[in-house]
Amino acid sequence: MKRKIFNSQRPATEAAAQRPFLSPSALRGEGRANSRNLPLNIMEVCGTHTNAIAKSGLKTLLAGRINFISGPGCPVCVSAQSDIDNMLALALKPGVITATFGDMLRVPGAKMSLKDAQTAGADVRIIYSPLQAVDIAQKNPNKKIIFLAVGFETTAPAAAAAVLAARKLKLKNFYVYTALKRVAPAVELILKEKNNIDGFLLPGNVSVITGLKEFDFISEKYAKPAAAAGFSAKEILAALAKLGKPKTQNAYAWVKAGGNKTALRLTAKVFTPAAGSWRGFGKIEQSALELKEEFAAFDAKKVFKIRAQKERKTKCRCALILKGKIPPQKCPYFARVCTPQKPLGPCMVSQEGACAAAYNNMG
Amino acid sequence: MCLSSVGKIISVKNGRALVDFNGVRKEVSAALKPQAKKGLYALVHAGFIIEIMAAKEAKKTIADINETQNF
Repeated sequence: MKRKIFNSQRPATEAAAQRPFLSPSALRGEGRANSRNLPLNIMEVCGTHTNAIAKSGLKTLLAGRINFISGPGCPVCVSAQSDIDNMLALALKPGVITATFGDMLRVPGAKMSLKDAQTAGADVRIIYSPLQAVDIAQKNPNKKIIFLAVGFETTAPAAAAAVLAARKLKLKNFYVYTALKRVAPAVELILKEKNNIDGFLLPGNVSVITGLKEFDFISEKYAKPAAAAGFSAKEILAALAKLGKPKTQNAYAWVKAGGNKTALRLTAKVFTPAAGSWRGFGKIEQSALELKEEFAAFDAKKVFKIRAQKERKTKCRCALILKGKIPPQKCPYFARVCTPQKPLGPCMVSQEGACAAAYNNMG
Repeated sequence: MCLSSVGKIISVKNGRALVDFNGVRKEVSAALKPQAKKGLYALVHAGFIIEIMAAKEAKKTIADINETQNF
């Protein structure tokens, strides 16, 4: 089921297979054969990589040889505006305690952020683990606890474990608003459209859960190289050096063949892939993880009768940045109207956002 | 959001593991990695161990990460 969307195999074209890819000598700027198409456009699909590449100085050091493009790798950033607005509407309901990861707190909604809602009296609590939301529900039987599940495949198993724990405890006041997403369908959408990407740095911790097979389509179907990367400068360089051939490879020591099977089993038990809305991408088939029907009693969208709504337009250019169409610096609001102190959109809010990383590491 | 931390497993009991993150100890769930045991290193995300590793290899990973953070 999960792999079905990648079934239509297309042979790699000879021309694509012969494109010059990155080699250690190209990294050092040596050799004409390797450097004729420089800089190479390498997309990182993980907000933590975006931050690490900027913070470690790799972006500056490799400028001219590698052009790092930030893809849809920050879960807060790719959350649709409609999801953000729905979460805020739920947080403002009387008798509700909202449990969220800290990154979501300052993301602007239609009228306010969760932080503003908190100031206005809403009970919004920052949690580190979804299990803490279950604890809050146990301790507050007269309140309705809504856990905002925002994340990729790395976070989904933890959210699934929280739902199963709530069911075991027979909790009637624990709900999940899921904005959980799968990375691969968004990467495939980028590859299906016209693009200038020469290779991908794959999200390390997502790959720890899914294993690398999830991303084989990048090389098998689109003849592009891809490597799962760790988060230190050395690990990122090691991954870049693996982008020499159109293969999907591993350069992150924590990734095991087949991924974390227990985590995948747990996710599959609680969630089912469905069409999901992404900021900048619109609806992507099989990209969202929604609660299965047997867990409907925990589904905040169903219990609180959240209706699908049209995406509201905002000034923020996050959508273009997430698709790699423009760098943050090309946004007219970047560092002028939009700053981490007063963000216009999620890419400037989240520490993993491309705009925040660019702003915080400006020379 | 997919941030993770690496720490040393101090003990495991009833599916809960006590993990030492560079001197800070925290109890996390071992539900996603039942093979977690004392002495191994753990990759922890959102309060759950998502992968484990032998000490020798993990120490190298920690050293590399510390190096990046000290830039």
